[in-house]
Amino acid sequence: MASETLTPAADERVRRQGILRKLLRRPELGAIGGTILVWLFFAVVAGDTGFLSLRGTANYLGVAAELGILAIAVAMLMIAGEFDLSVGSMIGGTGMITAILTVQFGWNVWAAVGVSLIAALAVGAINGFLVNRTKLPSFIITLATLFIIRGLTVGLTRLITGRTQVGGVKEALGYDSAATFFANSLSIVDPTSSRGVEAQFPISILWWVLIALVATYVLLRTRPGNWIFGIGGDESAARNVGVPVNRTKVILFMTTAAAAWLVATIQVLSTGGADTLRGQQREFYAIIAAVIGGTLLTGGYGSAIGALFGALIYGMVQQGIVFTGIDSDWFLVFMGAMLIIAVLVNNYIRKQASEAK
Amino acid sequence: MADESRVPVLEIVNISKYFGSVIALKDVSLRLMSGEVLCLLGDNGAGKSTLIKTLSGVHQPDEGEYLVEGKPVAFTSPRDALAHGIATVYQDLAMIPLMSIARNFFLGSEPTTGWGIFKRFDIKKAGEIARNEMSKMGIDIRDPEQAVGTLSGGERQSVAIARAVYFGAKVLILDEPTSALGVKQAGTVLRYIAKARAQGVAVIFITHNPHHAYPIGDKFTILKRGRTLGTFTKHDLSRDEMVRMMSGGEELEALEHELREYSADKTLEGYADALKQESEAL
Repeated sequence: MASETLTPAADERVRRQGILRKLLRRPELGAIGGTILVWLFFAVVAGDTGFLSLRGTANYLGVAAELGILAIAVAMLMIAGEFDLSVGSMIGGTGMITAILTVQFGWNVWAAVGVSLIAALAVGAINGFLVNRTKLPSFIITLATLFIIRGLTVGLTRLITGRTQVGGVKEALGYDSAATFFANSLSIVDPTSSRGVEAQFPISILWWVLIALVATYVLLRTRPGNWIFGIGGDESAARNVGVPVNRTKVILFMTTAAAAWLVATIQVLSTGGADTLRGQQREFYAIIAAVIGGTLLTGGYGSAIGALFGALIYGMVQQGIVFTGIDSDWFLVFMGAMLIIAVLVNNYIRKQASEAK
Repeated sequence: MADESRVPVLEIVNISKYFGSVIALKDVSLRLMSGEVLCLLGDNGAGKSTLIKTLSGVHQPDEGEYLVEGKPVAFTSPRDALAHGIATVYQDLAMIPLMSIARNFFLGSEPTTGWGIFKRFDIKKAGEIARNEMSKMGIDIRDPEQAVGTLSGGERQSVAIARAVYFGAKVLILDEPTSALGVKQAGTVLRYIAKARAQGVAVIFITHNPHHAYPIGDKFTILKRGRTLGTFTKHDLSRDEMVRMMSGGEELEALEHELREYSADKTLEGYADALKQESEAL
């Protein structure tokens, strides 16, 4: 706190505002509360069927991590007031590039992964460039690239391999060293299990948390972070005070593309194969996780930590429903309802933060 | 006169601006010294907006000279004007309600600390400077982390003014900063204008409210139909004369007569009286 330099009177008034108010200002508060509620719900309903076990935990954390990596990048972009719907097909596309290059052309995994990253960054840059140039809503631009990438992925894969699925990446050159970073997992023997069952914590969890921390640092403690909030809050005002709006947006679109690439790489290396249809609807789940995490659809407000918790709620609900024995079809109903509740809670919290005196 | 020997910080000579066949400004001249408040007055459509947009680099004049500290300039953008120390605070503020005061204050010019990839936004310093600058303006902000949306209209204006002054504005152009404000808040903004002037900033204050202009202004330029009716000092111009020249006192009187003719019923007569009183009060 900078309060030492202040007059005592001002100091006093800052204190009176209270910790609760300060907390209410944070966008992720709702998601953290929601996470606790969802966990408690499944702990009570499905606690005895494995939700609380180490394996159950590893299970939903793994699901949450793969969505969370995407959701954090998407949240940053949404704070700047833009959407990226192309991330879903980007997962399919970049995963397929890696698989085809290694299996069909015998490339080293590292080289293939590098090329697919470059492809992802290029598409992200094109998205950003088109949004800046055409001034069209990014929703439309990336909706178009969503279809174009998916179409290209299916078309080219069939053209090259004659199939829509490519397997056998695990036999490729350099797989083992690449898998250390992207497909590793930590095995812990579940102490509650008598048969010595091992719980597998995938390395994606580490990526997820790491990315959330870096994203939070960037958003709250760097100049570009301040620009991101400014652009989402009022683009022309930000431009007038000298914020490089176009450059920041292009980099954010490249970031979401890179996040999709990371998810694709994790999936391809852990399953050993790619499918042209991978990542379908991920773009919507990523937006849902970001919104549950307190990010406003209109931009200018949100958090990376919130997106992390938004994805955690998604993982808990998706896996938790399996543990309860309820038909998992109901998962979609639950996610939809969560989305509406989250938006209402967000609006309320934002009012508290920005309008209340 | 001491003024005449100094170089004006901003001067325009016979500026004209046309939009197709429309003459928006014709032969407008202004001289502004540092530490001076010039009030730009005029009714709707008098050319105030065109003039400030020309001064702030949004429009380029079709004729005439524009000098900053004695040197001719031709601004291509508001950014260009800002680089020359001409800052404009528009009515619809460049403030982002959901962001904190400190973050708004330094948006685009954030102070940093550390090197290389560890270079980070020095949010503590930003908060301290924002708080200090605001207190120089006489506003005691509780918490620089407070969202701008929680401030009153007058306070937001003053954050914008404080920011412009902090970033080295030599000339501050304020576009109707008081028009949307209540009496008390408008008073606050007028006080900041006085504070900015005391710091040596030249201020162009655009308003159509003579009650706001008269107490703060050193000079008054009245625009009418794209031309200046002249620039007056406070000595040359009484408040009444100012109002008369601005909106056309004759027009008000004519309206008064007209209304009286129609005043078969009491209410209209009452209205005409009220109008008369108002024109006297002005």
